[in-house]
Amino acid sequence: MPFALLKFGLNDDYPYEREPDIPAPRDLKSHYDVVIIGGGGHGVATAYYLAKYHGVTNVAILEKAYLGGGNTARNTAVIRSNYLTPEGVKFYSASVKRYEQLSNEFDFNIMYSQRGQLTLAHTDATVRAFRQRAEVNKHFGGRTELIDRQAIAELVPTLNLDPADLPVLAGLWHRDGATARHDAVAWGYAKGATQRGVELHQLTEVTDILKEGNKVTGVVTNRGRIQCNSVVQAVAGHSALLARKAGFELPLVAYPLQAMVTQPVKPFLNPLVSSSALHCYVQQTSRGEIVIGGGSDPYPLYSSRSSLELKESLIAHAIEMFPFMSEMRLLRQWAGITDMTTDYSPIMGLSPVENYYIDAGWGTWGFKATPICGWTMAELVASGGRVPELIQPFALERFSHFRQVNEMGATAASH
Amino acid sequence: MNPRLDAPYGSLIDRNQPRSFTFEGETVNGYLGDTVASALIANNHWLLSRSFKYHRPRGPLSMAGHDANTLVQTASAPNRLAEELPIDLGEAVSGQNYVGSLKRDWLRALDWLGRFLPVGFYYRAFYKPFGVWRLWEPMIRHMAGLGVANLESQPPYRDKQYLFCDVAVIGAGPAGLSAALEAANGGAQVLLVDENTQLGGALTYHRFDTDVESSTTLLSSLHQQVLGHQHIRVLSSALCNAWFTDHYLPVLQGDRMFKVRAETCILATGSTEQHVVFRNNDLPGIVLCSALDRIIRHYAIAPEGDVAVLAGNDLAYHTALQAHDAGLSVTAVIDLRPSPDDETLCEALATRNIRLETGATVSEALADRDGLRLGNIMVSHLAADGSVAGERCRIACATLAMSAGFMPAYQLACQAGASLSYDDASAHFKISGLAEGLFLAGSVNSVHTLEAVCADGRNAARAALTALGHNADTPETVSCTARVNHPWPIFKHPKGREFVDFDEDLQIKDIVNAARQGYRDIQLVKRFSTVGMGPSQGRHSALPTARLIAKATQRSVTETGVTTARPPVKPELLGLIAGRGFDPHRHTPMHEQHLALGAHMIPAGTWRRPGFYGDPVHRERWIREEALAVRNNVGIIDVSTLGGIELRGPDAAEFMNRLYTFGFLKQPVGRTRYAVLTNEHGVVIDDGVAARLADDHFYVTATTTGVDRVYRDMLKWQAQWRLSLDISNVTAAFAAVNVAGPNARRVLEAAGCDIDLSAEAFPYLDYQEAAIADIPVRMLRVGFVGELGYELHVPSMMAHRLWEIVMAAGAPWGIRPFGVETQRLLRLEKGHIIVGQDTDGMSHPGEVHLAWAVNRKKPFFVGCRSVDIVMQQPLSRLLIGFSLSPDAPRPKEGHLVLKDGDIVGNVTSCEYSPNLDRVIGLAYAHPDDAAPGSIIDVRTDNGVVVQAIVTTLPFYDPDNERQTL
Repeated sequence: MPFALLKFGLNDDYPYEREPDIPAPRDLKSHYDVVIIGGGGHGVATAYYLAKYHGVTNVAILEKAYLGGGNTARNTAVIRSNYLTPEGVKFYSASVKRYEQLSNEFDFNIMYSQRGQLTLAHTDATVRAFRQRAEVNKHFGGRTELIDRQAIAELVPTLNLDPADLPVLAGLWHRDGATARHDAVAWGYAKGATQRGVELHQLTEVTDILKEGNKVTGVVTNRGRIQCNSVVQAVAGHSALLARKAGFELPLVAYPLQAMVTQPVKPFLNPLVSSSALHCYVQQTSRGEIVIGGGSDPYPLYSSRSSLELKESLIAHAIEMFPFMSEMRLLRQWAGITDMTTDYSPIMGLSPVENYYIDAGWGTWGFKATPICGWTMAELVASGGRVPELIQPFALERFSHFRQVNEMGATAASH
Repeated sequence: MNPRLDAPYGSLIDRNQPRSFTFEGETVNGYLGDTVASALIANNHWLLSRSFKYHRPRGPLSMAGHDANTLVQTASAPNRLAEELPIDLGEAVSGQNYVGSLKRDWLRALDWLGRFLPVGFYYRAFYKPFGVWRLWEPMIRHMAGLGVANLESQPPYRDKQYLFCDVAVIGAGPAGLSAALEAANGGAQVLLVDENTQLGGALTYHRFDTDVESSTTLLSSLHQQVLGHQHIRVLSSALCNAWFTDHYLPVLQGDRMFKVRAETCILATGSTEQHVVFRNNDLPGIVLCSALDRIIRHYAIAPEGDVAVLAGNDLAYHTALQAHDAGLSVTAVIDLRPSPDDETLCEALATRNIRLETGATVSEALADRDGLRLGNIMVSHLAADGSVAGERCRIACATLAMSAGFMPAYQLACQAGASLSYDDASAHFKISGLAEGLFLAGSVNSVHTLEAVCADGRNAARAALTALGHNADTPETVSCTARVNHPWPIFKHPKGREFVDFDEDLQIKDIVNAARQGYRDIQLVKRFSTVGMGPSQGRHSALPTARLIAKATQRSVTETGVTTARPPVKPELLGLIAGRGFDPHRHTPMHEQHLALGAHMIPAGTWRRPGFYGDPVHRERWIREEALAVRNNVGIIDVSTLGGIELRGPDAAEFMNRLYTFGFLKQPVGRTRYAVLTNEHGVVIDDGVAARLADDHFYVTATTTGVDRVYRDMLKWQAQWRLSLDISNVTAAFAAVNVAGPNARRVLEAAGCDIDLSAEAFPYLDYQEAAIADIPVRMLRVGFVGELGYELHVPSMMAHRLWEIVMAAGAPWGIRPFGVETQRLLRLEKGHIIVGQDTDGMSHPGEVHLAWAVNRKKPFFVGCRSVDIVMQQPLSRLLIGFSLSPDAPRPKEGHLVLKDGDIVGNVTSCEYSPNLDRVIGLAYAHPDDAAPGSIIDVRTDNGVVVQAIVTTLPFYDPDNERQTL
């Protein structure tokens, strides 16, 4: 039995005698060095790395609802790096490497589970695109390969290889693909950041951005004004709206993204499996639930309502892949709001406003980037605006300079 | 089997029809109408399942399918509610989530180890030293989960049906029945939905007064009126499982999902009875009061042994009275309050010799000798502050019915955006902020006395009628002062095991400790402790959790709240939501002819097309033969899947000119032009051929997979530009074939084509209208494959005949049908790109040799500004042709092009050309290497790098003489 469990059993007050994971609410100070807007994974990760590796601790994270309650809570916890562009592969691989170490870095188990991710190709166009992704991945040291039907059948014996009259032709097998307890990632970062002096303010909504000339000087919140030297915005679905308050536009369109989960059953599915043609992915959590997700809703909307149409088509496709799942039961359906860029890559780095840094455009792929995002954003803020090489391709200016990093096709329905 | 009670008890069972099934290998007898759960408890078998975490024995709690304690496994599926499984299911039933047997579960040991496994323990263990999680995880995963999925099962037939109504009434208890009647009498079409087999809700089991009079007469009267009403359609055994925008309601009944579009919706969903939180409150035999009511009234079961009742309200007394009057041995009522609100209840108990203990609670339940059923309860005094103040007495009983109050069945209302606020005076959550056209009736609206509930139902119907524009009576005054909720039915025990959430095995300390560790927000409490995440989705745990967290964080219960209600209300079968599964794909009119010729069909967007004709094993051979036929003789390909769009009107040319990159204003009538589409980023997104049929009439093709998007974009731009033209997508109205090869002209002449097909009369890129037999044909002299070719577009209904005529006419020449895979090879020989294969999301015209198709002089086209900018920037890559000797390792599409070890591009097309006896391909390469004769490095399978020679395009017939013949 692990030592920690013995401690639980032998000491009634363990772990409560220590600091709580998340400190109790406190008053806002009038000034911080850094204000981070958004208490999701990216925001708290940025604060964590600022405090731990750059000694910047006079930091406030302002979260309008609760810690990790937005897309950090709603995503389906897929971690992978099998992207298409060299820029994307390098960036997401760096994230996967940090994820592997995260439980031990935090001293808090995020249940990182490297089960591999399998994406199915049903058309020769997809086979072609997958081969390219596999090749680019291998080029940068990733473990990704194109596998045939037989190898797929061995990997996932329960899979129907001829779903919906669309025979599976091949699969992109990404051994580095993983999942983790998504909430725990946000909590681990929050715990580590607040232990080092960062303040986490939940139920604190930023209503306006204060500027002098073109320089940010503070924010207005529902709990009063705060002065600060710099601001990081990391608000996912609401990025474009907040940027507008800061006085600039982001080329983002918000789409709802829905997902659902079944009742728990005993484990039968190890890898994460997704189908490009069926716009459906399926994985089994460590609790035994089956998580089913798909593509974004077809039209833009700032609402996290669920819809019946999407549920019907998504489940029909999940059953095409795993026919026996028709006798399982759906427990919950939910949605998040995703901020999509036209090239399916994020927007990171400097903004038109001085000392105002952006971390946006995370669409449907933000969770997997959490550690590297926090790491690079922290470096950016601590250096006073020197953009780390890894995120230079994701600058906002790329859209006006036609230097997009096109990941379309590497993201759809495999988040 | 114990004898059942006499009628009228047992309203759901048919004593004349005995049935049996097996549970855990033992035969269990019952009657038709019994469920697995009722038949089991009728046989004194209360143990139905093992709990999620500690593997504690569990039995029915609600008898209404509202909890996870009765989840059992059948041969076909896991996690089925025993209260909903009919006895005549025809499958063996067993418990689930145990090692050993249901009665002797070895994992019960986890219960004793419980103190080592507190809430969130897995966050604090199993990861040190680095890497050990990999070993622990599989073990933990195997402990989790409940039932076992039957991996062999196949989806049975299930379907869907749409329904429409003015008023959907959800719930057919007294409120719902009253509402449905009032609405129907007011002229509305009513759909009444109830999840039970019997209408009447609580009227079918609860007794609302001491002599049972009011409920029985009311029920039969309402029943009669509703069932005979021509404006009311009743769906019973039907579950309205979600609310979606605009009152779109999925209703699940049997093997069908009704998709109900309601104008207005009345929620008469009732309320969920709440349990009392005390030590071992999960022992089999401890049930909610309403569950005991149901056991007696619905199933005529008199459980063996003594019965005690734990009351937090007056309603629980009625359970005690009903049980006694049915002949059960009721020993005691323990009331959490100093006295009942209705003093006459004390007398009613006294006349029946039922002991009353007031100001007391059950502080601990004790198991019988086997440890699988309730044996005794410990009754303790309650202090003025509501805490346990010392033991009073011990009472032997095998059944304990409890009621701490009610939680409105808020799920549908909250899915529709309503919120809950807690009223401290009544200790009750109330619903407010209803969506438009949504109304509440009855106990879900915090109204509890029978008269008030019915009046509230009528009022809701009146509000719905008014919203529909009908006349309605003025609302009645509804007053209900009955208190049904106890403010703090939570009793901590030094040894714990007071369950707040049965699904997830969470005790008081688990909830409180989550808050102590900083997870104060109710959403974080849920996520950290998993409270409310189980199959019953917090139906019983939400209220005590809100109270505990409010106290622990010194906030009000309203401020604490409950977690978001999300669809579905109850776990639903995936197969029922999916229905029959509907993935339509499209066939061209010539589909059967292709099959008859042995075509190997492949997906192309939503279509199926011949890839080649012949078995896939000899793919190479068929493609080679077809390609040679086209090059040397004549071939025919079905190109019906190409998009076809008609643009008609005075501004048709202007519209074309704004949308596509080429100039179209001066395009002569009777000519075709290549049409390239870029998006606002200057990226090539589609291409086709535009034929000008008349000054004001264009017929444009688009790619198979692109046409829907092109058409949508056209409509979008037209909505902004508002030019004078009509746009219609005629893809399915026309079918087309391309007849290509040196003998194409002869074949069409033989087919009886009624126009002069000579090069002079019908030159390359011309458009003409002709007839073959009596089939009107739009003829385009174009050719993707680079041979003399004619594309024949005909009305779809005539395409079948056209194919026959051309095939017959071509027979003397040996005309050969060819597929899309062959076409890909042939066009590659000509260096023609396929948009989407040789272009990607970043390809601009300059990178793919389409600059010639962009008119840089015209003032505007979609993407014009971006194309101008990107074409001024230095090229970072260029699509080039390459060739290799046939015996070199063959690059595949998607392989990388390297320069000094770095990625500079990728192979987009690559085939062996039988005409050239070389491997040819297209690839993006560094612009410095684009000159013909340069060498590029291509990394093929297994990392083998081959040197390919950059080759001038087209590979075949470089002077394009053949297509203009």
